[in-house]
Amino acid sequence: MFNYRFQWKQAWNRLPEMLDGALITMQVAILSMILGIVLAILLTLFRRSGNRVLSGVATTWVEIARNTPALFQIYMAHFGLAGIGIHLSPYSSLLLGITFNNAGYLAENFRGALKAIPDTQPRAGRSLGMSDLQAFRFIVLPQMIRISFPTITNQMVWAVLMTSLGVTVGMNMDLYGVTQDLNALTFRTFELFAIAAVIFYVIVKIIQAGAWLISRRLFRY
Amino acid sequence: MIEIENVRKSFGSLEVLKGIDLTVPRGEVLTVIGGSGSGKSTLLTCINGLEPINAGRILVDGTEVHAKTTNLNRLRQKIGIVFQQWNAFPHLTVKENVMLAPRKVLRQSKAEAEEMAVRQLTHVGLGDKLDVYPGRLSGGQQQRMAIARALAMTPDYMLFDEVTSALDPQLVGEVLDTLRLLASEGMTMICVTHEMKFAREVSDRVAFFHKGVMAEIAPPADLFDNPKDPELQRFLAATH
Repeated sequence: MFNYRFQWKQAWNRLPEMLDGALITMQVAILSMILGIVLAILLTLFRRSGNRVLSGVATTWVEIARNTPALFQIYMAHFGLAGIGIHLSPYSSLLLGITFNNAGYLAENFRGALKAIPDTQPRAGRSLGMSDLQAFRFIVLPQMIRISFPTITNQMVWAVLMTSLGVTVGMNMDLYGVTQDLNALTFRTFELFAIAAVIFYVIVKIIQAGAWLISRRLFRY
Repeated sequence: MIEIENVRKSFGSLEVLKGIDLTVPRGEVLTVIGGSGSGKSTLLTCINGLEPINAGRILVDGTEVHAKTTNLNRLRQKIGIVFQQWNAFPHLTVKENVMLAPRKVLRQSKAEAEEMAVRQLTHVGLGDKLDVYPGRLSGGQQQRMAIARALAMTPDYMLFDEVTSALDPQLVGEVLDTLRLLASEGMTMICVTHEMKFAREVSDRVAFFHKGVMAEIAPPADLFDNPKDPELQRFLAATH
């Protein structure tokens, strides 16, 4: 019955390629988080603006990002946009799809965090002569980021794991894509994907350690 | 000089200010007393434009606060306001709390803002708390920090909105001492307060608000010892 012969050495020899892939995975995840946070802040401002068009855009974004599969979002970024004449590389499609997802989730988290900041905080800033935007930038935003810090860390972990969906749009430079290609070449399926799983696990642990270091700086009060 | 001319203000169908006329010259310490809901706190938030008004006008050094052309951010730089809830910025140290507005609004250099912050914080007795986060301070200390934060903008006028009302009784004294200090230095102040003893002691004039109307205004000796308005007589009888 069980006649699969483990050949760890053969898979192990491919580790350098897989680690290169892991770097691409981290690159995509980090970029998608930086862009995602910036976009989520913009969406938050849109929702606060009181302008119906802007808040409509933000609400639609958040609804789609949170209530459809991430796979669909990445697919749309690649094949959907190609359908209307915008051709993105697999790398860009993956980055765009994850960024879209990150921004939606984070915007919703930010909305929750904002509820924990009383209106009297920006009001105190306004009474010191700050503009509305300055009060947001220097008083509300730093508190909002701190309150939602655990969920930002979570989303970062998700971003790493979501990179594995890139194979569906032909991405083959990231950890999952490289592993998939090696599998097609060598058929050492179990060994290769086991190693990939361990690398994913280590990446997530590195992120959590990084988050802990950052939190020590952020939460000194 | 702050000139308030026939100011009316409503929240929905509730009229909280029913035509207030009041002039506060430079250097005056005016305290405003009255029951809750009398409109006294609303008046303060109207003076620095945090609340719009429905009729009348308010002039600060000749600038109409609610005129469309008025740059409120600039106007607020000369009107400091401290609220009942001190609203410390929790993510910044005491010093950073005070430095923020001078840095971002007045575009002072870090050294300038820091020097001012240290001076103002020392002034209100927090010279030893510069690098502490507000969460570690008592309510009275946080309120004094809020006063220093407003003073760091070198305002010409200071508005105090029941600044001791949210404090434990044993912390009220230290905040009132800070206000006394400012008054003795000649700061123009409007203090909404429930501290009658304080009002009697520091004020040049005391105004009594009742149901959106300024029912009586007089020097403290007259107002407290010889109240004319029947509502004021009732109010003073109830608070003494």
